[in-house]
Amino acid sequence: MPIIAVKNLEKIYYNEDVETPSLRGVSFDINAGEFVAIMGPSGSGKSTLLHILGFLDRHTRGEYRFEGKTIDDYSKEEIAKVRNEKMGFIFQSFNLLRRATVFENVKLPLMYSGKKEPEWNDIAMRAIEKVGLGHRINHQSSQLSGGEQQRVAIARAIVNNPSIVFADEPTGNLDSKSGGQIMELIDSLHESGNTIVLITHETYTAEYSQRIIRLKDGLIEKDEKVASRHHTFIK
Amino acid sequence: MKFKNIFKTSFEGLRVNKSRSALTVLGIVIGITSIILIAALGQGAQNLILGQIQGQVGSKVIEIAPGRQPKGPTDIMSIFSDSLKQKDVDALAQKSNAPHITTIMPLVFGSESVAFGSETYQATIYGMTDAAEKLYNVSSGQGRFLTEDDVKSYADVVVIGSGVKEELFENYNEAVGQKIKIKGRNFKVIGVLDTKGQGMLIGFDEVVIMPYTTAQRYILGIKHFQHLIVEADTEENIIRTVEDIEITLRNSHNITDPEKDDFNVTSQADAMEMVSTITDILTMFLVAVAAISLIVGGIGIMNIMLVSVTERTREIGLRKAIGATDSDILFQFLFEAIALTVTGGIIGIALGAIFSLAAAIILTSVLAMDWSFAFPVSAAIIGFCVAAFVGLVFGIYPARKASRKHPIEALRYE
Repeated sequence: MPIIAVKNLEKIYYNEDVETPSLRGVSFDINAGEFVAIMGPSGSGKSTLLHILGFLDRHTRGEYRFEGKTIDDYSKEEIAKVRNEKMGFIFQSFNLLRRATVFENVKLPLMYSGKKEPEWNDIAMRAIEKVGLGHRINHQSSQLSGGEQQRVAIARAIVNNPSIVFADEPTGNLDSKSGGQIMELIDSLHESGNTIVLITHETYTAEYSQRIIRLKDGLIEKDEKVASRHHTFIK
Repeated sequence: MKFKNIFKTSFEGLRVNKSRSALTVLGIVIGITSIILIAALGQGAQNLILGQIQGQVGSKVIEIAPGRQPKGPTDIMSIFSDSLKQKDVDALAQKSNAPHITTIMPLVFGSESVAFGSETYQATIYGMTDAAEKLYNVSSGQGRFLTEDDVKSYADVVVIGSGVKEELFENYNEAVGQKIKIKGRNFKVIGVLDTKGQGMLIGFDEVVIMPYTTAQRYILGIKHFQHLIVEADTEENIIRTVEDIEITLRNSHNITDPEKDDFNVTSQADAMEMVSTITDILTMFLVAVAAISLIVGGIGIMNIMLVSVTERTREIGLRKAIGATDSDILFQFLFEAIALTVTGGIIGIALGAIFSLAAAIILTSVLAMDWSFAFPVSAAIIGFCVAAFVGLVFGIYPARKASRKHPIEALRYE
């Protein structure tokens, strides 16, 4: 069973009776362990798609199943629980709590989880070490560089050991050097078994993935394997 | 999310904006402080007044006045009724009617000009008996008080208040033994009362006391009494004695329907209760005025919380994206508001206590009033609850607004 199954998905925004279609019928599956990039110019519907995949928004028509279930199978509280336990989110602008420390930021999803409080420190510490920031846990996030901030955000995304990680333009606010390091980190997460869905408009960034789904005007233009990945890991 | 952690998150949110939180709290602090201060001063004033009543008249004293209990403006005239007569005193004096009465004192009064030489003074004349000394806790510092013989013999003697003495005998050391003129009749001054000071029900400093028999016959020209003052043997027997008096007087006046009573009986406890009620109402009125400032403070809290919710839109979106439910967000912001007002409440209670203690010290040492510091615990508890309630009421709207933010809109917010 694919982890993500999308069939004829449509999304229409209604603004004062004006219909603006954003997705006009897209279909694809993503299997567990895949690293997929969704590409397209702005206005292609890629962000809308990511929001629907992340249960942050509802589709208008068609079907979306995450681990076999649709958003309508869950109550509002259960959706929050699914987002907390099974999905990790990485944003372009990091979205850290500025005055909280690295440690506190990474612990945030644990506070909303069912995990017991005494375990939080260990779990958060492991995630922070995975992104290589073990030496900066007590720094305020506002004191960190952009690349480091995005690492904190990645640690936060994986702290609950989710089934899938959604990354929305994770390198968009970074210079090319730290952007590259972030992509290598995401690639290493994939190597260690995480399913990754990456949203980007840069071909170079997308080529870290195994498969690129190209969107244009709300439709899938191309869905193909990446021939030569910027793969830093040697199997 | 557990409540404990929501609390932590809320306090974290306040800590980040320390100076803003402090300024916001100020409105609540002022409101609660003034409520506590007013309640404490009200309580102190009540204690002062009740203490004075109790100090002047023993708590075993019962007052019988002519006319029924005033129920409307027209009943006020009935105090001029002449329904209380000697036969009532005789009836009450019988042990079989009212076994717990120890003292009965008829009381008459009027206002007359009192003259000594060329000095005159408009004084209140009280016709009493020797029992007044004990009933009203007064004493003649100079000379003596009335005696039973004075009453029986219609003696032309008076005991004067210290104020009267000063007015009439300004240039004399000794008033006792002098003769004063009231309604053209000479009265010998047999005693001067000790100064009792202000605030008494009867201003004993300004009175002229003479035997009630003399007053009835030569000054007022009446045969009835304006009051009967009765003392019971113990406080426990007050209620029973009030009933005994009512039954005895009804028999004496041939009244069968209590609605048609031509007298009314008030015990000291009743009078104190009435005073308490009046001061309570006054205090509550003032507290209500002070409470308006809490509404202003609450609006301040709501205003700041709305700003805070808008400022932290991205944080709200992020929290929702990583698994916060609507109610997690709602409680986070609601607790922030409540934490603000409760903190303000606690500071206000402390400040209110300090200020009312300071007021008590000033009133006793500077103004020499017999004031006792009273910290109104009930007002403190109510103040605390009101503060929390204000947080709840004015925090709920911003918190709901926060909890309803759509995660995508919130994350996109710049």
